[in-house]
Amino acid sequence: MADSIEKVSIIVSKGSLEGIYPALIMANGARAEGIEANLFFTFFGLDAIHKKYHEHIKVATVGNPGLHVATLAGGLPGMSAVMTHYLEKKMEKLDIPPIPEFIEMIADTGAGLYGCKASVDLFELTKDDLIDQVQDIITVGEFYAKAAGGQIIFT
Amino acid sequence: MPTATYATHTVAVDDEGFFEDPDAWVAEMAPEIARAEGIDELTQQHWRVINFMRTQYAEKGSGPTVRILGKTSGVSIKELYQLFPKGPAKVAAKIAGIPKPRGCI
Repeated sequence: MADSIEKVSIIVSKGSLEGIYPALIMANGARAEGIEANLFFTFFGLDAIHKKYHEHIKVATVGNPGLHVATLAGGLPGMSAVMTHYLEKKMEKLDIPPIPEFIEMIADTGAGLYGCKASVDLFELTKDDLIDQVQDIITVGEFYAKAAGGQIIFT
Repeated sequence: MPTATYATHTVAVDDEGFFEDPDAWVAEMAPEIARAEGIDELTQQHWRVINFMRTQYAEKGSGPTVRILGKTSGVSIKELYQLFPKGPAKVAAKIAGIPKPRGCI
C-alpha cells in the first residue's frame, strides 16, 4: 500500500470544545487504523492538557456563526456553559468520551502527547501544570523532528 | 468479489479482507488470518478479544469500537494496542471474521 498514511502529527492550537475535539478524534482514529500519531498542544490548545482546565473546556458561543445563535445572545452569562452541557449530552449518546477521558485513552493507544515550549513559557507554566500523560515539552524544531516522514495537521 | 482461503476454506471477503459472511468463519481460520496481519501467535488474551468481537457482533450487528473493547472486554486499551498494534478493533474484527467496525471513536 504505497499510498497509505503511516504517521500523523496533529497540532492543537485552540482551547474551545469545537477546537479540541476534531484533533482528538483524528488522533484516536489514526491509532485505530494502526497509524502512528502525535499530538502537539500549542497556545490555547494547552488547555486540553492543563490539569486545571481540561475538565472545563467550553464551546465558543460568541464569534461562532455555525452555532446559529445571535452574537448578543451568545454573550449572555452562562450561555457557553448551557451550550457545552447540551453538546456533551449529545456526544455521550454517540459514545464520544469527555475530553479528559478521551485524552487518557489516546495516550493509552500509544500516541505521543507534547506541549509547545514557547506557549508553556508564554503562559508561565511548567510540566507539573500539565496532565501526567504529557510526555514532554518540546520546541518547534523537536516537533518537526518527531513529525518527519509523516503528515502534519493543524487545527 | 474477492475471496481468501484460510485453513482450506475459501471465503468471500471485501476489498480490505474483511469477511462478507461472519457465519463462514471457523476458529481454525483465525491463526492464519492473524499471521497475514503480522501476529505470529494468538495468545489467550488475543482469543479473549476475538471471542468478545464475535459475541458483540452477534448481539448488536456490528463490532465494538476500541473504547467499548477497553471498557467491557476486560482487556485495557494499552494492552489492546500491544496485542493488535495495527488497530485493535479493525484487526481483531478481521481475525474474528466480522465486518470492519465503522465508528469514528
